[in-house]
Amino acid sequence: MAKPMAISGNFAAAYSTKQINPHIVAAYPITPQTLMMEKFSEYVANGEVDTELICVESEHSAMSACIGAAAAGGRVITSTAANGLALMFEVVYIAASLRLPMTMCVMNRALSGPINIHCDHSDAMGVRDSGWIQVFNENAQEVYDTMFQACRIGEHKDIKLPVMVNFDGFITSHKVERVDVLDDDVVQDYIGKFEPMYPLLDVDNPLTYGPLDLFDYYFEHKRQQVDAMQKALPIIEKEMKAYGKVSGREYGIMESYHLDDADYVIICMSSTAGTTKFVVDRMRAQGKKVGLLKLRLFRPFPAKQIAEQLAGVKRIAVLDRSESFGAFGGPLFTEVRNALYDVNDKPGITGYVYGLGGRDISADQIEGVFNKLISAPDKMIGDIQYLGVRGD
Amino acid sequence: MSEKTWKEVPMGGLILEAGNAAEYLTGDWRTERPIFHEDKCKQCLFCWICCPDTSMIIKDKKVIGIDYDYCKGCGICMEVCPFDAIEMVQEGGDE
Repeated sequence: MAKPMAISGNFAAAYSTKQINPHIVAAYPITPQTLMMEKFSEYVANGEVDTELICVESEHSAMSACIGAAAAGGRVITSTAANGLALMFEVVYIAASLRLPMTMCVMNRALSGPINIHCDHSDAMGVRDSGWIQVFNENAQEVYDTMFQACRIGEHKDIKLPVMVNFDGFITSHKVERVDVLDDDVVQDYIGKFEPMYPLLDVDNPLTYGPLDLFDYYFEHKRQQVDAMQKALPIIEKEMKAYGKVSGREYGIMESYHLDDADYVIICMSSTAGTTKFVVDRMRAQGKKVGLLKLRLFRPFPAKQIAEQLAGVKRIAVLDRSESFGAFGGPLFTEVRNALYDVNDKPGITGYVYGLGGRDISADQIEGVFNKLISAPDKMIGDIQYLGVRGD
Repeated sequence: MSEKTWKEVPMGGLILEAGNAAEYLTGDWRTERPIFHEDKCKQCLFCWICCPDTSMIIKDKKVIGIDYDYCKGCGICMEVCPFDAIEMVQEGGDE
């Protein structure tokens, strides 16, 4: 029987990892990820899992150990944040390039400097081109559920890619919420037995991982990764939906909130979507036609689906919790605006960068964004604004 | 260079069978080519002992030539030969 628990996002990630019971977990502690691994190490110490927990000396080693374990033929989970992810950077690419499914929680945190331990998405955006599937989660329940979906998605025979389960550092990682958990056997039935495609430990079929790959074949292998990402999109949609049959909680690659008849729409990811839902309710009660498009899947980027969702909308504000210095807008803004290029009767679009280094984003600020959309002149020029910074 | 497409090669750059080093003809790394002069050779086999590859071709305990599929042109055979029986020439020249 499913039961409710009062747990944080980190606990939800640890508890789901316990229920997955992976072969190997290798991780190095970093705020705000630490509590997940502390909790998981308790499960290991208590003999509640069969997992071998490898305590490594750095995040570079953590990901390297995960790559070795995945190549050997194991189901693998790790987690990190911010500077830890940055230290992994080189090997994060290798995990995807060697087509090794694994799951990594990233408790999104600002990158130094100056040093900061609080939430923004600059860490995950730094590896958005690494070839990992990236899912952004609004709350602890989504984190819990996405961990199981990640196994099914990454390990799918037509995908074979690692999956990054992102959630907001401290906001989601430390806040205690209600999470409805599944029974262990339901989880195990859903994720299924791990079937590695090319395990190194299969000594009857020896093979080579990671040989030199120069101008003659490297490009072909990159093209295969493109293909895997393209094939992944419909499979992810299907898997997230199918999860509803198991848990009663159906997910999509994005969530529409009062979008059907909305004229003014905010697009954002992770915990800010929760705040925006509250604001949408408040403004709908005043008869204002506002709505939210919460994006869960950032890689592969569902450009076509976003364009379909936004057809007929008058004006859009894209909220980015990271800056791409020197670029025309934050990473989410540039992707969304790009997705709308071929749409007839394009909506007006503007971008906001907000919440860097954990700067709070309030309901009133989000209402202010909606009000600016409502009062904006017909032709918007796609300018970028900074929400919540002093001086603007 | 092989001409297989991205749809035909194993994913991730994996090599799906073992013992395939022989298929990789390293001879095309060579910038200088050793030429074996049988008339000067006394069959001391220093070159065969010293070759870091296995590129000295031996038949009936005698050097009969050089395996250009794998010889990387390091020149050690020429260096150790007491009888000047091996000469290095530029690859791509008109020898």
